[in-house]
Amino acid sequence: MSAASASSSVKSRGIAVLFLLTMLVLAVLPYLLSNYYLGLVIEILIFAVFAMSLDLLIGYTGMASLGHAAYFGVGAYAVGLLAIKLHWSVWSALPAALIVVALVAALFGLLALRTRGSYFLMITLALSQVAWGIAFGWRSLTGGDDGLPNLPRPELGAGWSLAGDRPFYFFVLLLVGVGVLLLMQVATSPFGFALRGIRESETRMQALGYDVWRYKFAAFIIAAVFAGLAGTLYAYYNRFVSPDYLGVFRSAEVLLMVILGGAGTLVGPAIGAAVIVLLENVISAYTERWLIVVGTIYIMVALFAPNGIIGFVRDFRARRVKS
Amino acid sequence: MLLFLLASGLSLIFGVMKILNLTHGSFYLLGGYLGLVVLQKTGSFILAALGASLAIALIGVIIERFFLRRFHLQQLPQVLVTFGFLFIFSDIATVFWGANPQTMPRPEFFAGSLQFAGLYYPTYRLFIIGFGLCVATFLWWLQDGTRVGAMLRASVDNEEIARALGINVSLLFTLVFGLGAFLAALGGVMGGPILGVYPGADFEVLLLGFVVVIIGGLGSLKGALVGGLAVGLLDNFGKVFFPELALFTIFAPMALVLAIRPAGLFGRE
Repeated sequence: MSAASASSSVKSRGIAVLFLLTMLVLAVLPYLLSNYYLGLVIEILIFAVFAMSLDLLIGYTGMASLGHAAYFGVGAYAVGLLAIKLHWSVWSALPAALIVVALVAALFGLLALRTRGSYFLMITLALSQVAWGIAFGWRSLTGGDDGLPNLPRPELGAGWSLAGDRPFYFFVLLLVGVGVLLLMQVATSPFGFALRGIRESETRMQALGYDVWRYKFAAFIIAAVFAGLAGTLYAYYNRFVSPDYLGVFRSAEVLLMVILGGAGTLVGPAIGAAVIVLLENVISAYTERWLIVVGTIYIMVALFAPNGIIGFVRDFRARRVKS
Repeated sequence: MLLFLLASGLSLIFGVMKILNLTHGSFYLLGGYLGLVVLQKTGSFILAALGASLAIALIGVIIERFFLRRFHLQQLPQVLVTFGFLFIFSDIATVFWGANPQTMPRPEFFAGSLQFAGLYYPTYRLFIIGFGLCVATFLWWLQDGTRVGAMLRASVDNEEIARALGINVSLLFTLVFGLGAFLAALGGVMGGPILGVYPGADFEVLLLGFVVVIIGGLGSLKGALVGGLAVGLLDNFGKVFFPELALFTIFAPMALVLAIRPAGLFGRE
């Protein structure tokens, strides 16, 4: 017992060091990279949080959601509408957007959590499609197909503007860093362990006196809020919101990131996010048939890397130790 | 009724193999396009329907044998694979047939309409209703009245025992997947003259299929029939009365059904 806890504390210290090192490297990047590559890094950071939030559901709680982009998109639309139509500053628009996301997630969660397994997949997909339908159809509010253009980059007040790419990068890095820390905290907290217990056996957790439904509901909302955070950042980054943000393609993409990286590891999905964002940029420069390529990637991942990159590395290590 | 064709395949595949087939809409779409090609070449609607459906069934069999087979009862890889094919097929369809919607001519034999009680009914629509009922009867007979059906039901209830009794479950699964794909493609060809064939139809249809099986209950033929009727009616009335909320009129009842019976009206827990 003590050996196990000692090794886990060593491990968590290792993760803390790794996290600080990564943040340090990321903090230096703006001085090394051109604006184009800085933009890519911003996208990677945003999608890393998005993928990690989904991992909380898939990897930790064992609930595979096919409609996670709904919360990403709701966050983006909320911030877009508040900033463009009501001219709210980032200080009020961003928290308000997260609250909106939490409310939507609570509503969707009430419905979706009545089901499990394949039904859960279908219902989350269907619900995200409802959100997409509203964004697409309610032209007077959301601009429909045209989306919401001309979203200004945030102004922090007191002369601090984030209009430039470099200051905006630091803004994203700060929020993403805080988001990642919080997510890791959630995952390693007693709450996170309870979620893992639910993944392994719901009935046993129930017998142990856990209110399983309440835990799942909480996990659903937490995951949604972090997806919403990613969505708001993405909206500010692109200065634009469109129905694509909530589309099924995005939901599938983030699912791919999670599985490609390795579900249930949090670090893995972040790596998966980086790989997919980079691939997308490289490949779309060469061909218009990105969908065929991405479809092939989906199938290859399922065939050859079902445990993701992290799982692959672990297997490799285990084999080396043995031989 | 078109929805029934679609949902029965989806429901069949899920009920027997526990696979949530996201490629189902693509089968519908490709079926429509292929049907169009055969129709233009031969001019025969029957040939178009049969040829396209058989071709799609073959594609379904290949997907099942070489890809899904490895992931029996593993949900996430199944989702990835079927998603992958969904994207690939939709892109292939745009490569070959472009982004513009295509309309399929109605078969001549059914070009007219019938007058009944002061209202006009296009015969083609009546034909589809009749055809759907025939398929429903056939499927019901297949499931409840034949030896294959008995083997199927045995495999659904307890796969291992069925295997031990000498039933070739793996062949059965392949056949079921093929049949599901066949039904979806048939829906695509039959629906062509009414709805047209256009990019994005794959996804729309998949969602409608989902709603049908959610309302009706996965794996239940009766559920697919009742759900198909309900969703078809809701969708049409919804579009007439609340055009801005078109999707909502389908999803609100779905939410209601889920809230009362999470497994659908005729589903088993």
